[in-house]
Amino acid sequence: MYALGLVVILLGGWEAAVRGGLVDPLILPAPTSVAAALYDDRTVLGPDLLTTAAEAVLGLLAATVAGAAIAIVMHLWEPARRALYPLVVGSQALPIVVLAAPLILLLGFGLAPKVVIVALVCFFPVTVNLYDGLRAVDPEQRKLLRSLHASRTQTLVLLEAPAALPQAFTGLRVAAAVSVIGAVFAEWSGSENGLGHLVLVSLGQLESARTFAATVLLFALAVALYGVFALAERRLISWKAP
Amino acid sequence: MPAEGVIVTTVADFHRAAAAEPPAVAGVRLDGVVKAFGDLPVLDGLSLRVERGETVAVVGPSGCGKSTLLDLICGLATPDAGTVAAAPATLMPQRDALLPWLSAEDNAALALRIGGASRAEARAAARPYFAPFGLAGFERARPAQLSGGMRQRVAFLRTLLAGTAVLCLDEPFGALDALTRVQMQKWLAEALRREPRTVVLVTHDVEEAVVLADRVVLLSPRPGRVVETIDVDLPRPRRRGDHAVADLAARALRALGVDA
Repeated sequence: MYALGLVVILLGGWEAAVRGGLVDPLILPAPTSVAAALYDDRTVLGPDLLTTAAEAVLGLLAATVAGAAIAIVMHLWEPARRALYPLVVGSQALPIVVLAAPLILLLGFGLAPKVVIVALVCFFPVTVNLYDGLRAVDPEQRKLLRSLHASRTQTLVLLEAPAALPQAFTGLRVAAAVSVIGAVFAEWSGSENGLGHLVLVSLGQLESARTFAATVLLFALAVALYGVFALAERRLISWKAP
Repeated sequence: MPAEGVIVTTVADFHRAAAAEPPAVAGVRLDGVVKAFGDLPVLDGLSLRVERGETVAVVGPSGCGKSTLLDLICGLATPDAGTVAAAPATLMPQRDALLPWLSAEDNAALALRIGGASRAEARAAARPYFAPFGLAGFERARPAQLSGGMRQRVAFLRTLLAGTAVLCLDEPFGALDALTRVQMQKWLAEALRREPRTVVLVTHDVEEAVVLADRVVLLSPRPGRVVETIDVDLPRPRRRGDHAVADLAARALRALGVDA
C-alpha cells in the first residue's frame, strides 16, 4: 500500500517535470506516453514478454533443480562440499558478458543459451541458501532423530529438508528477482527477440516511450515471479505461528 | 585413556548387542564411567545402577555432566573409560525438540514412522493416547499452537511410543513456569503408573526428584561423580508440600552443598 502511494507520487512528479519542459521527452518520456506505448505497441510487447518470461522461468527451474541437487550432495558428502563449494561461490563472479559469447556460439541464438545464462545467475542464491538451511538444524532435534535411530535418508527427509525450507525460499525469491536481469543480459549478448532485445533496438531508434514500456513489463515480470514464490512459501510453510 | 582390562563399548557394539540378543541388562548399569570433551573432564568415574521398572532421578549442579550421562545410556556417545550397559533407551531431549512442521500426532508417532510404519499406521497407534494424556482434540494441532505443558506431554508420548524399556528424560519440565511444572509432575507420576517403564530423570529440582523417583542420585560439580544416593521410600502419590518430601529434598540440598 505504501509502495503504491510512493509510486503515485513519483509518477506525478515525473509527469509534471516532462510536461513543464524540465526534461526532454526524448530522453525521459512522460508516464502517460509510456502508458500509451504499452497499449499501442502491444502486438510487439506481448510476444517479447512471453519470450523473456519463458527464459526467466526455465532458467529459474534449471537453477532450482541443479542447485538443490548440488546443495544436497554437498550436505551429505564432505568431499563434494570441499570440491564444489569454492566453485559455487566462483560461479557468482563469472562475468556474463564473457560467458555469453561462447554460449551463443555453442547453442545458437535461440532459447537455450538464455536459459543457461539465467540459470547461472540464479544458481548461487538457490544453492547457498538451501545448503546453509540444511546445516542449520537445531542440535536437539538432530539428537532426537539419532536417539530414534533414524537413517541418513530419514534424517534428511523428516528433519533437514523441512527445516531448510524457509531459507531455501529466501534463496528462491532472490533468484526470481535476479532472473529477469539475467534474461535481459542474455538477450543483449545476442538475440532476435525478447524484451531485453526490444529495449536495445528501441533505444537505437530513439523510441524512448517504447523502451520505457518494455522496462515496465520487465519490472512487472520480476515482481510477479517474486510473488509466485512468496505465495508458494506461505502455503508450504504453514507451521510458522502467524 | 581406557584403563587396561576395561571394556569400552562403542555405539556399534551396543546396537549389535541390542539387535542380536536380549540385552545383557534389563535396566541400566554404568561402572566407573569417564568422559571428557577435549581437555574438559565431564564425568569422572561415575557408577550408576537403575533396575528394571525403577525411576531414578539424577540431580546435580549445571554442567555436571547430567545430559552426557543420558547420551551414554542412549548410545549417542561412548565413554572414554568404564562400561555402559543398558537396555534399549530413548531420549527426551532438553526442551521438547518437537518438529514444528509436524502435527502433534505425527510428532508423537515419529519413532514409529522412523521404524518403518506408514503415516496412517503411525497415527493410528498414537491417537488412542491423546485422550488419557490430556491432549484430546489437539491431534492435528501444530506445536506452535500448543501450550508449554501440552508440548511436553506430546514429547513424552513420542518418547513412550518409541517402545523402548528405558526412557531418558533430560530436564523435561525445566522450561515450564512453576505452576505448570507442578501439574506436569503430577501428570508424569500418573502416566508412569499407567505405563511403567525404567526411567532416568535428569533434573535440577530436588523436590521434583523426590516426588517422582524411587531413588535420587546426587552428582558433584564437574567432573561429575555420585556424591550420595537417597532412597525415597514414600507412598505414592506424593505431593510437594508433604513433610516427608520436604525433609528428603532438604537432605538432598545439604548433600549438594546447599544450605536449605
